[in-house]
Amino acid sequence: MRAAVVLGALVSHWRRHPVELATLLVGLALATALWAGVQALNAEARESYARAAALLGADRLARVEALGGGRFPVGDYVALRRAGWPVSPVLEGDLPVGPAGLRVIGVEPLTLPAEADGYGVAPGGERVAAFLSPPHLGLVAAETLPGLAGVAGLPPLAAVGGLPPLAAVGGLPPDTLVVDIARAERLLGVEGELTRLTLPAEAAGRALPAGLAGRLTIVRPEAADDLARLTDSFHLNLTAFGLLSFLVGLLIVYGAIGLAFEQRKPMLRTLRACGVSARLMSLLLLGELMALALVGGAVGVAGGYALAAALLPDVAASLRGLYGARLPGTLGLDPAWWAAGLGMSLGGALAAGAASLWRAARLPALAVAQPQAWLAGRRRTIRAQAALGAVVALAALAAFGIEGGLAGGLALLGGVVLAPALVAPALVAAALALAARRARGALAQWVWADMRQQTGPLALALMALLIALAVNVGVGTMVGSFRETFLGWLDRRLAAEAYVTARDPAEAEAVARWLDGRPEVVARLPILRVGARVAGWPVEIYGAADHATYRDGWPLLASAPGAWDRVAAGEGVLVSEQFGRRGGLGLGDALDVPTPAGPWRLEVVGIYADYGNPEGQVMVGGAALAARWPGLETRRFALRLDPAAAAGLAADLRAAFGFGPEAAIDQAALKAASTRVFERTFAVTVALNALTLAVAGVALLTSLLTLSGLRLAQLAPVWAVGLTRRRLAALETAKTVGLAALTAVAALPLGLAVAWTLTAVVNVEAFGWRLPVLMFPRQWAAMFGLALVTAFAAALWPALRLARIAPADLMRSFSNER
Amino acid sequence: MLVLRSVSKTYPGAERPALAGVSLDLAAGRTLALTGESGSGKSTLLHLAAGLDAPDAGEIEVDGRRVDGASDAARAALRRDAIGLVFQQFNLIPSLDVGANLAFQARLAGRFDPGWQSELTARLGLAGLERRYPEALSGGQQQRVAIGRALAGRPRLILADEPTGNLDEPTGDAVLALFLDLVRATGAALLLVTHSERLAGLLDARVHLRAGRLG
Amino acid sequence: MSVRVLAALLVLLVMPALGRAQGYAGLGAEAGEGFAAVTRPADLRFPRDHGPHPEFRIEWWYLTAALTGEDGAAYGVQWTLFRVAARPGPEEAGWASGQIWIGHAAVTSAARHAHATRYARGGVGQAGARAAPFAAWIDDWALESRAGPGADGMAAVRVTASGPDFGFALEGAATGPLVRHGEAGFSLKAAAGQASYYYSQPFLRLAGTVSLGGEAVAVTGTGWIDREWSSQQMSPDQQGWDWFSLHLDDGRRLMAYRLRERVGPSHAFGTWIEADGTARALGAGEIVMEPTAWAEVAGRRLPVGWRLEAPGIGLAVDTAAVNAQSWMGGDFPYWEGPIRVTGSHPGRGYLELVGY
Repeated sequence: MRAAVVLGALVSHWRRHPVELATLLVGLALATALWAGVQALNAEARESYARAAALLGADRLARVEALGGGRFPVGDYVALRRAGWPVSPVLEGDLPVGPAGLRVIGVEPLTLPAEADGYGVAPGGERVAAFLSPPHLGLVAAETLPGLAGVAGLPPLAAVGGLPPLAAVGGLPPDTLVVDIARAERLLGVEGELTRLTLPAEAAGRALPAGLAGRLTIVRPEAADDLARLTDSFHLNLTAFGLLSFLVGLLIVYGAIGLAFEQRKPMLRTLRACGVSARLMSLLLLGELMALALVGGAVGVAGGYALAAALLPDVAASLRGLYGARLPGTLGLDPAWWAAGLGMSLGGALAAGAASLWRAARLPALAVAQPQAWLAGRRRTIRAQAALGAVVALAALAAFGIEGGLAGGLALLGGVVLAPALVAPALVAAALALAARRARGALAQWVWADMRQQTGPLALALMALLIALAVNVGVGTMVGSFRETFLGWLDRRLAAEAYVTARDPAEAEAVARWLDGRPEVVARLPILRVGARVAGWPVEIYGAADHATYRDGWPLLASAPGAWDRVAAGEGVLVSEQFGRRGGLGLGDALDVPTPAGPWRLEVVGIYADYGNPEGQVMVGGAALAARWPGLETRRFALRLDPAAAAGLAADLRAAFGFGPEAAIDQAALKAASTRVFERTFAVTVALNALTLAVAGVALLTSLLTLSGLRLAQLAPVWAVGLTRRRLAALETAKTVGLAALTAVAALPLGLAVAWTLTAVVNVEAFGWRLPVLMFPRQWAAMFGLALVTAFAAALWPALRLARIAPADLMRSFSNER
Repeated sequence: MLVLRSVSKTYPGAERPALAGVSLDLAAGRTLALTGESGSGKSTLLHLAAGLDAPDAGEIEVDGRRVDGASDAARAALRRDAIGLVFQQFNLIPSLDVGANLAFQARLAGRFDPGWQSELTARLGLAGLERRYPEALSGGQQQRVAIGRALAGRPRLILADEPTGNLDEPTGDAVLALFLDLVRATGAALLLVTHSERLAGLLDARVHLRAGRLG
Repeated sequence: MSVRVLAALLVLLVMPALGRAQGYAGLGAEAGEGFAAVTRPADLRFPRDHGPHPEFRIEWWYLTAALTGEDGAAYGVQWTLFRVAARPGPEEAGWASGQIWIGHAAVTSAARHAHATRYARGGVGQAGARAAPFAAWIDDWALESRAGPGADGMAAVRVTASGPDFGFALEGAATGPLVRHGEAGFSLKAAAGQASYYYSQPFLRLAGTVSLGGEAVAVTGTGWIDREWSSQQMSPDQQGWDWFSLHLDDGRRLMAYRLRERVGPSHAFGTWIEADGTARALGAGEIVMEPTAWAEVAGRRLPVGWRLEAPGIGLAVDTAAVNAQSWMGGDFPYWEGPIRVTGSHPGRGYLELVGY
C-alpha cells in the first residue's frame, strides 16, 4: 500500500513530462531494436548453416569427393561398394528456378546411412516407398514449399518433367530439394555421374583402393564444415554493428534517466522526508526502470524483428553471393531470441540507470534539486569522460596487441570509435571557449559561451552523432575504397574478352574446334581448375596458360624476378593474398601442392589479389599442372578477341552448344554480374550504417527536447534584455547545427582512422585481403551535409516550440516560484 | 519617461483582471515605488512596461515610444536600448562570466563604455570577480551583477522587481542603497516594485496597487 | 524361401498405402498385375535360369550350409540375395531401375547368431545376378561359380559375406545335379493358383572359414542353393511359412514346407531327393510336420523342434535347433538356422520360420 502511494508519486513525474518518457522509451526501443534485429539475422543464418551442415548427416559423415572437384562416374561408387565400402551416392546441382535457385540433392535411400536419414526415406522409413518410386516424392523445407508452387510449370522445369510431388519436412535448409537420385539425374540433366559419396566417419581412415586413390579423396566431417567458418567474419561484422547501435541507443537512455533523476530530486527528497526508506525508494525506482525497460524492450524487439525481416533478403543475397550459403526468405520466431532481446533491454537500462539509482539510494533527505547544477555538472563529466577515453584507447590497443586476430581487430575498432568520442566533447568545449574569448560583440560571445555550456548536456547526443558519423565515413571509405580497388582489379583480372566452360572434355574439344573456326578469336587460352585441400582449407589450383594475357595483366601484389617464367616452367607458384596470409607464405617460401602423383613442391614467386574469394587459390603453369595431374580435364577457355565482338561470340556459343548464360559469357556481362554481387554484399552494411546515423539523429532530437525546458531559464534573461523569441529560436538552431558541424569536422579524421582500421586490420583478419584506403571528398561533403541536416531536423522542433512559447512561460523564470 | 493610460490585463483563465485601468506617469530622472500585496498586479505592470508582455487595453509609452501594439522585434529593441531590467531572480546568463554578463546588454545595444563599465565594476564591489561565473557568486554578488548589467548601457528607464527580495535584510539594504546611488548618478527614471513600505520610503514617490487598481 | 520377408518388403516398398499393419494380407489379391505369370508346364533351362528374371516380381538366390568346425562344433551359414521389382514394366537403365536387391547373411553357432542386411538399387551394378558365368552379388557379398567350362554354373561355387561381427568364405563342388521341385520346377503354393518356379542345388560339399565374434574357424559341411521366382507367391489366407532343408547322412535330401492357413488345416508339401538327384514330389497328406519344442525368441513363441513323418518313404525324424535364438532381427524379422536331425534318417539341415 505504502509502495503503491510512493510509486504513484514517482510515476506522476512521467505524466507531467511525456517527452522525457518518450525519450527514454525511444532510446530503449532503438537500442534493443538494432541489437535484436542483427541478432535475429545472425541467428537465422546460423540456424541455416547448422541445417546445411547437418543436411544428410554431413556434420557426422565423412565424404568422398573427386580429387579435383566436380563429378565422377557412378562406376567409382559401384567399385567402392563392391570393395566393401559403406558409401552412399549423392548427386548435387542447382536448378535455376525460383528467386534463389533450387539446390537439388539426389540421394539413394537404400544405402543412405542412418545418420543421413532424418526424413524416413531409408528402408523401414515411412516415406521410403513414395521417395523411391516414380514420380519420386521430393522433400523441401516448409518455407520453400510456397515459392516452388509458382515455378512448377516454368520452362526450365517443364523440360525436365517438372518438379516431383513435394512434402515439407523439418531440418532442411531453404531452397533445397532432397529427392531420389534417379529423379535428381533427370532434373539436373546428369547421367551416370555423382557429386560425392557419404562415408561413415569411422571408415574415413581407410585408404582408398589403388585404382581410385588418384581420382577420389576422402574429406573428414570436420574439414567439411566450411560454411560456418567462412561466414564467421561476416556475422562478427554484423554483431559489431548491432553492438554499436545498442551503445548509441543506451547513450540516449543514460541521458534521459540522469535528467529524470535530477528533475525528481525534490520529489525524492520530499518522499524521504515523509518517511519513505531509501531502500523502498531504490527498489521502486529500480522496478519502475525495469518496467520501462520491458515496455521499451518489447517495442524494440518487435522493431528488431521488422528490421531483420526487412534486411533479410539483402543478408541472404550477400551470403549467397559471397559464400553460396542459403538462408530462408522469411524469419523464424524463436522465443529464446525474444527473451534475449528483452534481456538486453533490461541489462542496458540497468547499466544506463545504475549511476542514478546509486545516487537515489544514497540521497540525503535534505538534498536540493538543482537541474541547473546538473547541467553544470555535465560539464565536469566531460573532463572525466576524456580521461575515460584515454583509458579506452589504451585498453583497445592492449587488446589488439595481446589478442590479435579478428576479435582484437574489432576491439581496436571499438577503441578507435569510442575513445575519440569520449574525448571529443572536451575538445569541442575547449575550442568553443577559445572562440568565445576571441568573439567580438556581446551576442557572438554569448552564442559561443552558450554553445560551450551546451556541450555538457548535449555531449551524449553529440558523441552518438560523432560515432555514427565516424563509422559512416569509415565504412563509406572502406566500401568506396573496396569498390574502386575491386573494379580496377576486376578490369585486370578479367583480362580476356570472353570465357566459355564446356560440360565435359568431349564438348570442350568441340568448342575448341568451333572457336578455331572463328576468325575473330585471337587466342584461346585453356584454363585448368582443380579443387584441393591444403591444411584442411579448400584451395583452387588454377593452371594458367603461358601467355601475355597473364604476364602483362594479372594483378600481382608482389613478385620475384622472372616470376612468370618460373611459373610456366613448373618451378614457381603464385598464391592468392588470402591464401598466403592464412598460410603465412611469402615470396621464396616453399609450398607443397597436392596432386594425384603426390605433393608437388613449388616456390612462391608471386602474390596476387583475389578479392571476394572465400577460398584460397594458387596459380601454376597450365602445362606443368596437366603433366602432373593425369586425366585433368580442360573444360574452360579464356578467349582473346576484339572486345566489340565478345558479346556476339558469347551469344553464338550459347546458341551453338545450348549453353546457359554463365557457361559462355563476355567480359562486360561477367563484370556486371561481379559488380552486382559486390553491391549486394555491402547493401546490409550500408543500411545498418544509415540506421546508426538515424539513431544518432534521434539521440540529438530527444536530448534537445528534454533540455528545452531547462534551457528556458538560460534563454529568458537574454530575451528580457532585448532579443525576440524568433531570433533566439534561430540562434538555438544555429548553435545545434554548429555543434553538429564541429562534430562532423571531428568525425572526419576519426572516420578515416576507422576506415584504416577496417581495411588494414579488420578486413585482413576477416577476409584475408588488404585494401588501399582511398579518399572520397565528395562523400565527406555529403556526410557533412547529412550531419547538418540531421542536426537541423533535430533542432527544428524545439526551436519552433521556443519561437511560439508564451511570454508567461519565459517570465516564470524571473519570479521566485521555483 | 514611462506613461501608462488605462492599462488593463487579464491572464487567460484568471477570474479577475491582474490590472484594471491603471494609469501612471513617471517623469525622467524620477524614482517611483510600486507597492502592493502579493498578487496585486505589481509584476504584471512591470512586465507590461518592459514590453515583455502586451496589455489587453490601454496605452503604454516608454521614452515617448508606444509599447502597446508594437511588434515583438520593436519591443525587444526597446528593452535593449532604453530599459534596464532587474529581477528578484538574478537572471544572469550562466554561460557568461561576470564581466561578460555586466557588459552584455550594453554591448547588445551598442553602448558599451569601458570607462563606465570599470567604474560600475568598482562601485558594485565586483572588481576581481570579472572572470568568475554566476554559479560561483553569492546571492548579493549576483544581484549586484544584475544591477550592473541593467545600468551598463545607461538606459533612460530602470524597471526593478523586488531586486532585494532574495537577499537578507542587511545585504538587501546595502545593495538597494548602491542601486539607488547608481540610478541617480545615471539620471535614469526608476520604477521599483516592492512590497516593503520601508524600501518604498527611500524613493521619490510611491503608488499602491490593490487588486489591479492604483489606490 | 522367405516368403514372409518378401511380402513385408513388397508391402513396404511398393504398396505404402496399405501399410505394414495389414501385413501381406492384401498382397495376394493385388500382386502380380503387370508382371509375368508362373505357368505350367515349367520350362527351366540352364544356365539361362541361373540369371535374374526381372519380368517376375520376386526372386531369390538362397544358400544355406550346415557345417562342422575343426573344433567339432556345429555352425550354420546363410547367404541370401533377394530381387524385388518395385513396379512392373520394362527395366530401365541406371538409377531409374525398378529392381531392388536385398542381401541377408548370417553365421550361427550353438552360442551365437550374427547377421547383416544389405540393400541396393539395380541398374548400376552394385548388386545383381548373371546366368553365365553364374554369379549373384550385392556389394562385396557374392555367390559365384567356380565350375569349369562345360559344367553347370552351380556345380562348383564360392560364397562370401561379412557383417560387423561375422564373416565367411566357403568354396566347394556339388556331388549331384540340379533338382526341380513340384512339376518339373512348377511349384504350386496355394489352391487359388499362386505358384513359383523353384529349383535347387542341394548337393554342395563346402569347406572354408567362418568367423564369429572375431574368431575364425575352419569348417566343412554340406550346402544347399535354392532358386525361386514368381509374381504371386502367396494367397491372402496364408499367414506364414515353415520350411526345411535336410541333408541326410545317407546322401539323400528332403525339402519340406508348410504354408500356414488362417482358416482350416495347413498342408505340408515337399520333395524327396535321392542321392543321385532323382526327385519325388510329396503332395498334401504324404508328409506331416508337427512342432515338438517351443522357444521364446525376440518376444515371440517359436516352434524350434519338429517331428516330420512321411510314411510313404519310411521317414520319421525329429529336428532340434543348433541355436534356438537364430533370429534374423533385421527390418523384416524371421527365424533361420541350422538344425540337427535324428530318427529314421539322421543328418543336418536348415529351418526357416516366418510369420510368427
